[in-house]
Amino acid sequence: MSTLNNPTEQVLTGMTSNPRGRFIAPTAGVSAHTREITLAQAIREALAEEMRRNPSVFIIGEDVAEAGTPFKVLAGLVEEFGPERVIDSPISEAGITGLGVGGAMTGMRPVVDIMFGDFIGLAMDQIVNQAAKVHYMSGGKLQVPLVIRTTLGATRRSAAQHSQSLHAWVSHIPGLKVALPSTPYDAKGLLKTAIRDNNPVVFFEDKMMYQLKGPVPEEEYTIPFGVADIKREGTDITLVATSSMVQVCLTAADLLEQEGISAEVIDPRTTFPLDKQALIDSAKKTSRAIVVDEGYERYGVTAEIASIIADGAFYYLDAPVKRMGAMDVPIPFSPVLEDLTVPAPERVAELAKTLCGR
Amino acid sequence: MPHSELSGAKGIPVQAIMGDEQATALSQEQWLHMYEQMLKIRIFEEHVNELYKSAKMPGLAHLYSGEEAVAVGVCEALRRDDYITSTHRGHGHCLAKGASVDRMFAELLGKEAGYCRGKGGSMHIADQDTGNLGANAIVGGSTAIATGAAMSSKMRGSEQVAVCFFGDGALGQGLLYEAMNMAALWKLPVIYVCENNLYGEYTHFSEMVAGEISARARAFGIPAEEVDGQDVREVHAAAKRLVERARSGEGPAFLICNTYRYYGHHVGDISRSYYRSKEEEQEWRTNHDPLTLLSRWLLEEQGVDAGVFKEIERRVTAEVEAGEQFALDASYPEPGEVAEDVYA
Repeated sequence: MSTLNNPTEQVLTGMTSNPRGRFIAPTAGVSAHTREITLAQAIREALAEEMRRNPSVFIIGEDVAEAGTPFKVLAGLVEEFGPERVIDSPISEAGITGLGVGGAMTGMRPVVDIMFGDFIGLAMDQIVNQAAKVHYMSGGKLQVPLVIRTTLGATRRSAAQHSQSLHAWVSHIPGLKVALPSTPYDAKGLLKTAIRDNNPVVFFEDKMMYQLKGPVPEEEYTIPFGVADIKREGTDITLVATSSMVQVCLTAADLLEQEGISAEVIDPRTTFPLDKQALIDSAKKTSRAIVVDEGYERYGVTAEIASIIADGAFYYLDAPVKRMGAMDVPIPFSPVLEDLTVPAPERVAELAKTLCGR
Repeated sequence: MPHSELSGAKGIPVQAIMGDEQATALSQEQWLHMYEQMLKIRIFEEHVNELYKSAKMPGLAHLYSGEEAVAVGVCEALRRDDYITSTHRGHGHCLAKGASVDRMFAELLGKEAGYCRGKGGSMHIADQDTGNLGANAIVGGSTAIATGAAMSSKMRGSEQVAVCFFGDGALGQGLLYEAMNMAALWKLPVIYVCENNLYGEYTHFSEMVAGEISARARAFGIPAEEVDGQDVREVHAAAKRLVERARSGEGPAFLICNTYRYYGHHVGDISRSYYRSKEEEQEWRTNHDPLTLLSRWLLEEQGVDAGVFKEIERRVTAEVEAGEQFALDASYPEPGEVAEDVYA
């Protein structure tokens, strides 16, 4: 199979100018035995390692086996683990999610692949009314160690039904955990944690970052949920950024540096559990904060985090906490229009300068 | 009695019904056990109705009275570690799978001693110890969960079978067909038991279900059988056959049980004349009652003494009354419980 040699080659052509494709160094946990791999490879390694470690882990989804998903993220796994553990399913998002819930309740650790985040709408009852509630409704007797891997992120020219970032939907629901990595290092460590967690975890990968390279240790590691990571230290303003927006904010921080403004970029890495204290502490230190997230701005992740910072760092703030999310429109197809809907480094930097009185 | 103990004939063998193919000679003791299970459900539900009417039970309940032969006939064909998923009308399934009445009542009353420590209530009773993966208040919501449990069983090589109970109302849910498609593709050991009690909430099923019910299963290559859901002997014979078939790796099956709910959609649905007549209700109670059908057969054709039924009724009534009192006396959860068990 030729795609195995260069599995992501055909996927994101023409996207090299996207700021999400730049190299990023992790800020912690890098050992002497570190290679540079893509985010897609990091995901694949996490799955392979956990499947070797625990025979109850399996993958189910549309075109996950020989095809390795349209993003080629899973390429090669079926060769190692066989079609019994890397299961090609019909196009039945609700069905496979429900099968995952039932499997998880009875001794397995399913990893359900929902190709595009937009498709979780099809599976929402199984995620929200079933997976999230089984443990509580059963008085703590039943558990659902289920991972739902899916994607977020616009600018792939895929229009309104393949481009949304809907992680706020599931972050809203008690009983679910939600992870959204921004680097290959984080992706691998968080996914391994997700698979070992005894709760349903929805895991969002930015489909535009699969080619992003970064250092990842060769040896085993996991990253605990609910621990934010400072991606760049700064003193003048805090940029809270999730997933795709970490790259955008790092670029914005570069722009701000040229203006003499020192921006701190902090990534919560999981929206639930949320490391509230780290976000508050960063805002206390810098006295200003902008929350940047690719979900729709209204009623979104930015609102939740801005509220937490406004509350927790109130006496330390020199400016109101600001938010930047995706524009509140269905994602348009035309690149000229689509790019307007997503926070861009220049716009983040502009807003930051305003907050800093420049 | 653990269900697994019932798989072999013991006691006095009686002739089984349903033609030649099933040489399932069940003992009188086993039929009487099923009678007792059905009666337990009937009396339990009557007490639930009284608890509602006397305002001792919070919320509502969807009573299973009239449909007892389905739950008991099917569950008696299962091992204790086989799985079931249930519905909003689920008390019968839970009891038939082995739940005890005291903890059932406690759950219905929102008490700490309930199966879900008072957090689930009538529509969410789950009991891991008897393979009950939970009742589900989303119509059709557990169809994929049961199918996933069957997939898990197959992957683990545990030879457990999963039974998915659902009503005619769930035939309108797409998830059922996604699940059936995968069960057929992968030969999963799951039995879809469609309890057609004629009404989805307040509407006759014929207004909501196009075509033949069994054709839905046939479209996926899933064998479908249709039985008189009021006759526990018929239900049990079909269930036993289909469960054994699934357990031996031959894949899913679909069992339509034609039945009737004696009460309304829920305990508060007492004025039903706009959707069904009193005459229709009386006809089912008089001529199709599952307890009467079984007891008459045992009395008239198997020579069981009438005193046996009186003794069973005395025993079951005492059990239900004691269970109800246990629940009434039990404590409510501590307030601190509210935030427990959100996450494992």
